[in-house]
Amino acid sequence: MSLSRFFRRSRWDDERAREIEAHLAIEIDENIARGMAPNAARLAARRTFGNATRVREDIYQMNTVNVIDSLWRDLRHGVRVLANNRMFAAVAILSIALGIGANTAIFQLIDAVEFRTLPVRAPEELVEIQTTFNTWGHSEGDKPEATYAMWDRLRQDTEPFSAMLAWGTSRFDLSSSGESHFVNGLWVSGDFFNVLGVPPAAGRVFTARDDTPGCGAAAVVISHAFWQRQYAAAPSAIGQTLHLDGHPFEIVGVTPASFTGVQVGKAFDVAVPMCAQPMIVPSRSAMAERHFWWLDVFARLRPGWTIERVNAHLAAISPGFNEATTAPAFPAEVAKKYLASRLEVFPALTGVGYLRGRYTQPLWVLFAVAGFVLLIACANLANLMLARATAREREIAVRLALGASRGRIVRQLLAESVLVAAAGAAIGVLLAQSFSRFLVSLISTDTTQLFFNLPSDSRVLAFSTALAAATCLLFGLTPALRATRQDAAAAMKAGARGSTDTRERFGLRRVLVVVQVALSLVLIVGALLFVRTSRNLASAPTGFDTANVLVADFDVRSARVPRERQMAFRRALRERIAAIPGVASAVEAVVEPFGGNYWNDSIVVDGHARGSADENRVSRGFFKTLGTRIAAGRDFDDHDTIGSPAVAIVNQVFVQKFLDGGNGIGRTYHVLVAPGEADPTFEIVGIAADTKYDDVRKEPRPMAYYPATQDAIANVEPILSEEQVIVRAGVPLAQLTLAITAAAREVSPGLIVDYSTIDGDIRKSFVRERMMAIISGFFGALAALIAMIGLYGVMSYMVARRRNEIGIRMALGAGRRDVLGLILRDATKLLAIGLVVGAAASLAVAQTASALLFGLSPNDPATLAMAAAGLGAVALLASYLPARRASRLEPTIALREE
Amino acid sequence: MPKRGSQAIQGELLQGTLDLLILKTLALGPAHGHTVAHAIEHRSDEVLQVEHGSLYPALHRLEDRGWIASFWGTSENNRRARYYRLTPKGRKQLSEQTDRWDAIVHAINRILRPVTE
Repeated sequence: MSLSRFFRRSRWDDERAREIEAHLAIEIDENIARGMAPNAARLAARRTFGNATRVREDIYQMNTVNVIDSLWRDLRHGVRVLANNRMFAAVAILSIALGIGANTAIFQLIDAVEFRTLPVRAPEELVEIQTTFNTWGHSEGDKPEATYAMWDRLRQDTEPFSAMLAWGTSRFDLSSSGESHFVNGLWVSGDFFNVLGVPPAAGRVFTARDDTPGCGAAAVVISHAFWQRQYAAAPSAIGQTLHLDGHPFEIVGVTPASFTGVQVGKAFDVAVPMCAQPMIVPSRSAMAERHFWWLDVFARLRPGWTIERVNAHLAAISPGFNEATTAPAFPAEVAKKYLASRLEVFPALTGVGYLRGRYTQPLWVLFAVAGFVLLIACANLANLMLARATAREREIAVRLALGASRGRIVRQLLAESVLVAAAGAAIGVLLAQSFSRFLVSLISTDTTQLFFNLPSDSRVLAFSTALAAATCLLFGLTPALRATRQDAAAAMKAGARGSTDTRERFGLRRVLVVVQVALSLVLIVGALLFVRTSRNLASAPTGFDTANVLVADFDVRSARVPRERQMAFRRALRERIAAIPGVASAVEAVVEPFGGNYWNDSIVVDGHARGSADENRVSRGFFKTLGTRIAAGRDFDDHDTIGSPAVAIVNQVFVQKFLDGGNGIGRTYHVLVAPGEADPTFEIVGIAADTKYDDVRKEPRPMAYYPATQDAIANVEPILSEEQVIVRAGVPLAQLTLAITAAAREVSPGLIVDYSTIDGDIRKSFVRERMMAIISGFFGALAALIAMIGLYGVMSYMVARRRNEIGIRMALGAGRRDVLGLILRDATKLLAIGLVVGAAASLAVAQTASALLFGLSPNDPATLAMAAAGLGAVALLASYLPARRASRLEPTIALREE
Repeated sequence: MPKRGSQAIQGELLQGTLDLLILKTLALGPAHGHTVAHAIEHRSDEVLQVEHGSLYPALHRLEDRGWIASFWGTSENNRRARYYRLTPKGRKQLSEQTDRWDAIVHAINRILRPVTE
């Protein structure tokens, strides 16, 4: 039997018909020739031939592949049924689409964060080299694992590694004056692109020649996205000049669209050879200073070298390596630790970055949440399908009696489910794209623009398909099986209420409702926990009063002020700003709270190192501007000049931890310094209230503040390129930025300024929790809605089926209230079971997410009570309506119902 | 729906021999359905009365297996008719099936009319 004949069955049948006609014609002619009358001839011919229709049917049947044929028929029938019930079909397809869409979107994100390998050559060969040393010195960038000295020396180790590369991150300013325009920069070694195997999309990429020490303004390679944004992907961009922090660079090439760097979730804009660093940042040479950490080193393993083997090799060479790369600036204790540290490697085939650590767990939690929503939708659909199958019981019974196999009917009923699942999945996959983009936008901030390549690749599609099949089976199979397993005779009896009405049948539907209620409760509890966490974080006391506080960040390099005039320049700037009407006070700080910069030192008290403290250098009035109370002693004042003894203000935690409590005022301490550096004694003149430094979640750490007027003290080194002025405003902040920009222009025409608020920065630190709150809140509400619809539907159905019984009760004297009570009791029982099961499940599930919560425990009783009460109230309302309908029944009408 | 099980076994025998007769008839030259039907009737001296209709499923099956091939042509009285002819594969089948038929008949005869020693 040929498949082509199967698809052309009707044409074949037509030919057959003609052939038979021809045959009959010949026979009739012969009969006539033999002398029969035309009518008799025709009849005789027909008789001799036999049953022409049967012949055609037989041949048609021989051309049919039964399975495909009946499958096709079932699908067409399913389409017809769905078209007749548009409302049901729309609701069903929509709920499946939402569920599958959400699951697919989150899966895509998880895939991008966890599993996707870098789009480079042989990513499984790549490893990242780290040190066990807790870095001391100056660190910059997203992954400062190595110094230039380490990179230089590592490069020479060719035994386990066939090739190596190094990279670091930075932020460059494209604009030369006025407001800044920052782009994500990547320092790279000359061989970076070649080792990774990233070809240029246009122009060329770097070679070793581009990275020679002492190179001046060099070439820059831009990313594809940047090329599109800035140059509209014009080929003429190659060869144009780009200014990075005021220095001109020539664009020599563009990377392919699929390559966004080696960090998960972060895309670079411009890549610059490492050798250009001293030119851009002349104040510190990252290449000369051995305690400047800014690079991450990757290597390709030679065949035969496993991670363990390489680690053993590195452990062996570490002592010699550390000796050769130790920094003269290390204090003695730190140097000891460095010499004892070890190098080790980690697989880097899926990229590196902090994103994975931060978002792995939340994403899996959201995945579970989406999964629950899908389950609830399936339970709903299963209930609906059960109800509809029940309505067709008689028809099914008749067909079974006529000899249809059970499997055949199940297949037909399943066809509807297949269509709903397929349509839902198709729409869901489309929705998934927008939804995952929305998710990424939720966790991006203006300073950390997250970027993921989120294509719909085969893995994602396979996932969606599998999900669709599973949901289809879940909500389609059981009703189909149920409907066909019945006592045919009983079902066919006229007026039969159907075997699905017996207590036992109601059981499945009740179980489904209980499951829906339980799952909804879990989701709502989860959503409440996350929402409350987010609120707790937003309102957590920081030790500041940050309303109306603006931070103006000046790039002092753009003012081109010689070093000896820096301090005077800064003071002039600050005084000019303080003079602006509407400015209540303007102070300077080296480290902006929650700004992402860190400055800490080891504190030495009475000769013993007591621990590490965060530090800041601030001008007078800092504490008042930020609303931080000074608990004891004084603020910095005119007494604290370069000539006078070094002073410091510390916070309460500092006193507790390092000075064993007590007053603190008048005590002194040292800071662990590099050999040969000045080692001033700091006298504590004031105690400030504790404040949070960089993370709202963490407890305050010891802090020490130094006066801005004493910043010539050698080891208390300023970060010379930036000047942060923190302003407490009496007028709206937007107005103020214009005024400040104008004032800055007066002091120095080319000065570049960037504005932010501490509030904004604080909010950025819990972007993750906010995302969880929004998404889980949305899903919780959705789940509750679906469950309510389900509950309403089931109660209505059960009421409708019990009309007879209700009629009898009313006839026997039951009042409206009694009927209402009867139905509601039933509903309440279901609800109660669901809530109890749900509560138990919530307690179990919440434990797994305890790391994501803040300010409340996973089994917070208030949250559970709130959720249960809310869900219970809405559910009762949903059951009240059908119950009320039942109580309004006229007994006579109800009894008449057969 | 009535099951076709038992009838099929008989039908198998009937189908087999009908196929053989058709192949033999076509061995003498291409013919269309009507000619084949009449040929079988005449050449068996009207003993084998074949329902003309049942010829066509048999022809269809034979064509499926590639033992005969078909083409449209003009019949004797100038009507368009579908002609069938034997393919080389069919020719081989014919000789094989004829041999088998002989063997079966011979075997049955030995039981029905045993040669007494």
